[in-house]
Amino acid sequence: MSQTVQSSGDHAPDENRRDFLILATTAVGVVGTGMALWPFVDSMNASKDVLALASVEVSLSNIPVGQAIKVMWRGKPVFIRHRTEREIKEADDVALNELVDPQTDDARVEKKEWLILVGVCTHLGCIPMGTATGETRGDYDGWYCPCHGSHYDTSGRIRKGPAPLNLEVPTYSFLTDTSVKIG
Amino acid sequence: MSAPVWNNKVVKWVDDRLPVFSMLHHSAYEYPTPKNLSYMWNFGSLAGFVLVTMILTGIFLVMNYTPHTDMAFDSVERIMRDVNYGWLIRYMHVNGASMFFICVYIHIFRGLYYGSYKAPREMLWWIGILILLAMMATAFMGYVLPWGQMSFWGATVITNLFSAFPIVGEPLVHWLWGGFSIGNPTLNRFFSLHYLLPFVILGLVVLHVWALHTVRSNNPTGVEAKTPQDSIPFHPYYTIKDLFGMGIFLIFFLFFVFFAPDFFGEPDNYIPANPLVTPPHIVPEWYFLPFYAILRSIDFSIFGVPAKLLGVLAMFASIVVLFVIPWLDTSKVRSSKYRPVYKWFFLILFIDCFILGYCGKKAPDDYFMGIEGLHVIVMGQLATLYYFAHFLVVMPIVGKLERPKPLPASISESVLKGGANA
Ligand code: HEM
Ligand code: FES
Repeated sequence: MSQTVQSSGDHAPDENRRDFLILATTAVGVVGTGMALWPFVDSMNASKDVLALASVEVSLSNIPVGQAIKVMWRGKPVFIRHRTEREIKEADDVALNELVDPQTDDARVEKKEWLILVGVCTHLGCIPMGTATGETRGDYDGWYCPCHGSHYDTSGRIRKGPAPLNLEVPTYSFLTDTSVKIG
Repeated sequence: MSAPVWNNKVVKWVDDRLPVFSMLHHSAYEYPTPKNLSYMWNFGSLAGFVLVTMILTGIFLVMNYTPHTDMAFDSVERIMRDVNYGWLIRYMHVNGASMFFICVYIHIFRGLYYGSYKAPREMLWWIGILILLAMMATAFMGYVLPWGQMSFWGATVITNLFSAFPIVGEPLVHWLWGGFSIGNPTLNRFFSLHYLLPFVILGLVVLHVWALHTVRSNNPTGVEAKTPQDSIPFHPYYTIKDLFGMGIFLIFFLFFVFFAPDFFGEPDNYIPANPLVTPPHIVPEWYFLPFYAILRSIDFSIFGVPAKLLGVLAMFASIVVLFVIPWLDTSKVRSSKYRPVYKWFFLILFIDCFILGYCGKKAPDDYFMGIEGLHVIVMGQLATLYYFAHFLVVMPIVGKLERPKPLPASISESVLKGGANA
């Protein structure tokens, strides 16, 4: 800009004003276009009815020790496992430095016997196997994701395979000893 | 390039105001084409034919398809059972997608072998890659529409790829889904885009042909046409050859439509989508397998970049690298016919892509071709390594070191010596 000003001597004030006008118009144009685009972009985000999806209440009374169930929450499965003493011990006995995503078992459960997880593999979103009795539970006795071979342990922590993170723990609270509210 | 003289008054009247007839005359009639094109040059027009087939069959499918998670699967079954000729229209659409990729992949390998990406055809090559990307997006979203198990889980896995990106990953995926998982909002937007993108492809094809007609066709010798003797008019010579090729192609295409309509498909997609159960073995459609193998082959992290992100980056890079090959290839010679060393590397790349495809199809822990001890994942890693090495290492180095065979002085000379039949 300064060059133009120098070379065209007495036109300088005019050109400065023109530069300013061009800049200001461009800025308004860009911001305006952005504002006009935003509703379209945002219309693709989760709508209010999707966001309003209620939390679910689950009764735990008919899950025997050593078994697990799947419930739907926000379109995804949640695993609830009634852990055995052995499974709890296995989860506690792991040294943190052996873990890909280090977390103690205590940080992942509210009551030791109840393990509650979002049943979605943190790799690319498949549902790991191991909830229904008889399904393979992988090398670490928890879950095994068939899609690309991720193994989770009895605390739902990633131990082997391409998944980067532990299975997510949803927000939940116990309403009574045998009933839990997820979400 | 003389302006045609129109005898028909109506044609002339229109052409004086909007020269559509002149344009068609230039591009499909007198377009000077090298006289030595082989059958490898048929696949561009074949791909165009398939695109039109896809758009037409698609429009008729939409008349009976319902884009809702509760009804999509049943509406496709109704197309198959109750709609008159619905089975034919759908099977043409389903197998047409495979045919489209067969044509385009042959077309791309043709370009790679004969150096059609080199100056002055870089823009032509780029537009071609953009078409490939748009096709992939279209086919991926189309595959979600029937809402079977593979539709649902394929969509889940592929959209989750974007969650690999730090910070923006998760919001981005939720935005793509329109919720917290693949659901009705996702199906609806995929349907909308699946309808839109083929027309974007059509626009890209127009640009592709425009660029082609600006720089003219390459040919098996890679030597540019120099004198009028080197070229012949497109019509009737190549119109007839393209039509003949189309006849052969239709036999191939319709064989699948009528006798093996599910040959390319996954039986699991005839099971309605179930968000609670992942099928034990998820595989993408065959045309994505090499890319899927590259994605899966990265199961290690480098410098703290997690494996998942690296895999995604490698997969995207496998296509992005194609954009820069006009500069990676340092050879002055276009056609591999005259490149005694590179020719062999090209063959390896070709085989490598099939190996990748095979690895993409198998479970990572399987043995490669039953070879004890050689896991699919390891073979996939080797094949991925070669894929990138081919473009990033072999192309620049071989181009510099190799001593090409003498080029013919012109296309005519090579034809007279019988050199075109390779
Ligand atoms: C670039 C061209 C296109 C490609 C590569 C393509 C690809 C596909 C694929 C792979 C499927 C899944 C087939 C199945 O398993 O059932 C599909 C389904 C579908 N496509 Fe396309 N498509 C194209 C163009 C179009 C167009 C232009 C329309 C509409 C105007 C359309 C409408 C549909 C509909 C309604 C379905 C769902 C019905 C079904 O699954 O058979 N497609 N497409
Ligand atoms: S989605 Fe579970 S391992 Fe890839």
